[in-house]
Amino acid sequence: MDEISVLIGGKAGDGINNAGAMVAQLLNRMGYRIYLYFDYPSLIRGGHNFAIVRGSDQYIAGHRNRADFVLALNKETIDRHREKYSHETVIIFNADQMKLPGNGISVKAILSEEKAPEIMGNSAMIGAFAKAAGIEWSKVEEVFRVHMPKAPDLNLRVARKGYDVQVQIRAIGRGDNRPVALLTGNEAIGLGLVRGGLETYLSYPMTPSSSLLHFLAEQEDRFGLMVVHPENEIGVVIMALGFTYAGKRVAVGTSGGGFCLMTEGLSFAGMAELPVVFVVSQRTGPSTGLPTYTGQSELDFVRSAGQGEFPRFIVAPSDAQEALYWSAVAMNMAWKFQLPAFILPDKTLSEGTYSVDTSAVPEVPCETSPMWDGAGTYGRYTDTPSGVSPLAFPGRQGAVIKVDSYAHDESGNTTEEAEIVEMMAGKRLRKGEMLAREMEGYATVVVSGDPESGTALLCWGSTKGACDEVGARLGLRVVRPVVLTPFPADQLKRSLEGADHLIVVEENATAQLASLALLHGIAAEKKILRFDGRPFTQDDLLEKVQEAIA
Amino acid sequence: MTGRQLITETQNTWCPGCGNFSIQFALKGVLETMEKEGKSLDEVVLVTGIGCHGKMSDYLNINTFSSLHGRAIPAATAIKLANPDLTVICCSGDGDSYAEGLDHLIFAAKRNIDITMIVHNNRVYGLTTGQYTPTSPLGFRGKSTPKGTIEYPFNPVELMLASGATYVARGYTKKMDQLKKLVLGGVGHKGFAFIDTLQICAIFFPATDYYTPRVYDLPETETGDFESACVKGREWDYNSDAKIALGVFYQETLPTLGERGASSPIAQPAREEAVRDFLASRT
Repeated sequence: MDEISVLIGGKAGDGINNAGAMVAQLLNRMGYRIYLYFDYPSLIRGGHNFAIVRGSDQYIAGHRNRADFVLALNKETIDRHREKYSHETVIIFNADQMKLPGNGISVKAILSEEKAPEIMGNSAMIGAFAKAAGIEWSKVEEVFRVHMPKAPDLNLRVARKGYDVQVQIRAIGRGDNRPVALLTGNEAIGLGLVRGGLETYLSYPMTPSSSLLHFLAEQEDRFGLMVVHPENEIGVVIMALGFTYAGKRVAVGTSGGGFCLMTEGLSFAGMAELPVVFVVSQRTGPSTGLPTYTGQSELDFVRSAGQGEFPRFIVAPSDAQEALYWSAVAMNMAWKFQLPAFILPDKTLSEGTYSVDTSAVPEVPCETSPMWDGAGTYGRYTDTPSGVSPLAFPGRQGAVIKVDSYAHDESGNTTEEAEIVEMMAGKRLRKGEMLAREMEGYATVVVSGDPESGTALLCWGSTKGACDEVGARLGLRVVRPVVLTPFPADQLKRSLEGADHLIVVEENATAQLASLALLHGIAAEKKILRFDGRPFTQDDLLEKVQEAIA
Repeated sequence: MTGRQLITETQNTWCPGCGNFSIQFALKGVLETMEKEGKSLDEVVLVTGIGCHGKMSDYLNINTFSSLHGRAIPAATAIKLANPDLTVICCSGDGDSYAEGLDHLIFAAKRNIDITMIVHNNRVYGLTTGQYTPTSPLGFRGKSTPKGTIEYPFNPVELMLASGATYVARGYTKKMDQLKKLVLGGVGHKGFAFIDTLQICAIFFPATDYYTPRVYDLPETETGDFESACVKGREWDYNSDAKIALGVFYQETLPTLGERGASSPIAQPAREEAVRDFLASRT
């Protein structure tokens, strides 16, 4: 595999994420497929931020523990990442910040020549990188013109100065891929929801879901959305239910802690059969945990959250491309079966940037429940063979539409009658069975690597990136359920036929997927778990898998 | 649907002498008036919380959204934002909106969302059989405070004035005609209309003998001055002995949340196009 990794480091406020995005677009135009990992502590100014942009001639969804090029805006970037550098690593540094032999760029001098603000220092470094890596100037110009959010002309002049003072050191190869869209996981989820008919998005800021709120708020007019930031997560979820009652396709976004506050509303959605999509982006827990780091410890929580029993849908996309597709499906399932649907990314997916080949993302036609035909007296909870009641929204002539958090009858009035209570519980659970049947028509389990291998890695969500590459290198089968509720036990068993050794890979401490699989008679022999807030890279996972299969 | 039976056939389980009956009949009167004035009742939604007041959803034959404890307002806010043609009325209790859901109440006032909020303020938890609420007087002996409360009540009228409510009123369940008028005024008011309603709880807080001799009506013409509204609002602090003003303390017309945050939806094919455009911009 032909690949290149570029590490960009500096302090918070230096615009590391934006610099990473620009480098990613340069590599995109050089024919590479991209993954960008962004690592930052929970503070606003200072601290150490870094991005690793990895380009490869093949599709990737993870970074490496190595750097071919380093763009060091401060000294810490050199000191903290030494284990990632080799004697071949090309280090380009801000010479105002440190005295080192090699490729120092006098950023301050360039900025003062161009009368540019300090934040544009990154552009000088990017220009120097392009020259060092043998990327022609026209590509830099193109990327700055299209993707630099502010003042592209001035930024280009600064970049040109960096380009001119640097010499070419190691010309990178040119991949065969045509450039494709680069999206963060959260952007892909947002676009998927819009494709699924999203009309209203509600969220209270919480990392790593906040960038989805920001994205949709910024794109409100483009997509004809209403984006609302209420007083807290309780307000978020109850407002969402109000919108859905009035006929709007809604989604809410949060992380584990915010979702704790939403659980009463979740249970209400289950009882009142109100369709709503929850995006719960996982970070390291418990409690406040590590706000800006990753984890996969909310599977058990999201599966069982909310008092009482009601059906739900949970999907855990692994990358932006899957997120684009499954987020639309989640919206459809919520509306087709009138239940809560979850999209369960993590920080790695939400804030990582991926190449997305949109031509490979299937169309998702908008689906919903049948609407009331206007005959007879309307009952919001009219019982039907599927359990799905016809919908009507307030304002509809001749309909009295009652939704209720209490146990209720078919009209939506509160009841404590034993027979009705049992009948309505059965109606709700029947929708879950219909949903499970519906999912048989979807590829709910993905197999990669060597499908004939007797050893399989079992994983879910964003760890797919590392697992797929390790699977390919060691000739192992990689099996990954995308839908986690209803649990695709049959598809999973078929995917694991002939795999006598099963190794589960998860970013939590208790192997939650392994426990879930075991409930369905699928036993993992070994568990490789990481729960320090950092995602697996293929380098560290490779070692652990080799140990496990030795 | 016109000429509908406004009261459902659901068996009413409020206690005899409960002030909720007055609020129910005041609401029925409001709906009748609205219909007479040409408003389709299909375009009215009642949102309720949890507590004795919440049964209103079952007893009125209109669109209803029976929410969780303390959570009537977020739902009502959203319903109004989703469809500005709807008239949204919110019934809530003092436990509901002054304790569990106080944040939402303050934000509704701050946002000036165009809904009408009736707080059934009986100053006690009824359905959970008699505990103190945020408006119970100091020393109130309830089941959770057998030695008497050791905290003062807050004054919801003052609180709503401070929070930016643009229609602030107080009613009393023993004055049903006035209450109907106050609710109608709230429905007609463009913005957040708040009506604290002193409601008799026949079992746990039968305060008729206290309220009736003390209440008096505010003049109907002096509702535009914020400072004097604050003075009138502080006259009775829900604790000390004082005259109790009924009527509208304050009314002002300001832009509502829906007007400020209007969005223009676009059709699905155009959105697909917008998604393609966006993807191109990221290439």
